[in-house]
Amino acid sequence: MNLDLIVKKCIKGHLCYPTHALCPNCRSIMSEETVNLSQLEGTVITWTTSTVPPPGVRSPNILAIVEYEVGGESVKLIGGIENESVKIGDKVRPVYSSQLRDPDHCQRVMECQKWSGHRFEILDKDN
Amino acid sequence: MDRIAIIGASMTQFGVREGSWICDLLSEAAMGCIDAANVDPQDIDQVYVSNMASGEFEGRTGIMNALVHDIGAIPAYTTRIDQTSASGGAGIYAAWQSIASGHSEMTLLVGGEKMTHTSTSHATDIISTLTHPVEYKHGVTLPSFAGLISQLYLHEYNASRESLAKVAVKNHKNGIDNPHAHFRKAIDIETVLSSPVIADPLRLYDFCPITDGSAALMMCPESTAKEITDDYVVITGIGGATDTHVVHERRDPTTLDAVINSSKKAYHMANKNPDDVDVAELHDMFTILEILQSEDLGFFNKGEGWKAVEEGLTDRDGTIPINTSGGLKSKGHPLGASGVAQVHELYHQLLNTAGKRQVNADVALACNIGGFGNCVITTILESI
Ligand SMILES: [Zn+2]
Repeated sequence: MNLDLIVKKCIKGHLCYPTHALCPNCRSIMSEETVNLSQLEGTVITWTTSTVPPPGVRSPNILAIVEYEVGGESVKLIGGIENESVKIGDKVRPVYSSQLRDPDHCQRVMECQKWSGHRFEILDKDN
Repeated sequence: MDRIAIIGASMTQFGVREGSWICDLLSEAAMGCIDAANVDPQDIDQVYVSNMASGEFEGRTGIMNALVHDIGAIPAYTTRIDQTSASGGAGIYAAWQSIASGHSEMTLLVGGEKMTHTSTSHATDIISTLTHPVEYKHGVTLPSFAGLISQLYLHEYNASRESLAKVAVKNHKNGIDNPHAHFRKAIDIETVLSSPVIADPLRLYDFCPITDGSAALMMCPESTAKEITDDYVVITGIGGATDTHVVHERRDPTTLDAVINSSKKAYHMANKNPDDVDVAELHDMFTILEILQSEDLGFFNKGEGWKAVEEGLTDRDGTIPINTSGGLKSKGHPLGASGVAQVHELYHQLLNTAGKRQVNADVALACNIGGFGNCVITTILESI
């Protein structure tokens, strides 16, 4: 299961993650067309290791911004890294996590948002 | 149009204010400002209270109504302004608008936050709630955004890690001479680089502290100011702008578009260029932010702000002194108070009453950042 990585396209073809009422690139509405990034390879643009995370978050929490190029369009996502270290330029693929942070131990009300989703795993060089 | 004047400014001691709650802090700054401006509370038409999260931090709402009652300003109109970390700057904009619209002849702005009674991780989580759900669920915090963007900036521009540390060293040095600052202690680059990692590559001393405090400004039309005092400054430019709420959606994460767009409006209104600015208070919640702003405000070329810090151009005796108050870094960052306290410093710089921190300045600029650049207010002030 990896529903979280279904990315919507606007009617002009821009990839939008997350979705908005209007496409941030061209202000047009979303189309029904989607792209599934679950099996695709992205590139780490930047990363950090958060060593003093808030309640309900794993520690240390390695985070990265990952960029995908799909059919000439690019889209960026943020997510945790499953490996112990990462660097700019690493190739990654998404893996599913049923609970990214513990909604019982945070400020935001449990019912108000999804808590499952993706993290990223670094692809082996020889893969 | 009559220009809009600031005729008084005050701030409380910033720091750990045990036993003082949000309404105590607001009241202390407000009374200090009423006194400094020599205004009868009954002459105040409107009161704006800049505060991000009194409900979340203290379980207290409606704090602006409590304030007008406490300071004898009833029946003055009041409301609270929340623009996250830029609540202070947003309050300046609202107070300015109240007078520019002709609805108020005398407006008091008070910004404040009470934070230190909570743990650091709890306070960080309260602030993190400003992020989008696709960010929040990954445990993203404002410090982690700072780590992500610093990593990218160092990589893209081949910048030195020491330049970030130098921002902290400079601002701590400036803060020594600010009696209201949370920290009045010199540090060196080694202090920063040997402190614990918080969000790689940033360490403890790259971050501002969690602080209690309040600051206030009294504003009125310049024609009124002239009747009251010779010692006032004028707001000649102001602008606000937003950027993507979701940080990873930015075209270039190392550029703060809301800083560019808000300052463009402020420069245009004041008919000034970046070169005209003599002193600036920037939002150094994280060391990287001061460098990004110094570029996006046009003081330095993109990718060269870090060199300017290394060359000392932003030191108190440099070509463009930045954060003579000590900045958020040493003064502290009581969220709603910070934007107001920035202008408190510039008010004193322009009136030549900044004591040991005094620089030679006729044109001053304040840049207050909400979220990680989600909304920014730039204010330009001038001496008369
Ligand atoms: Zn589009």
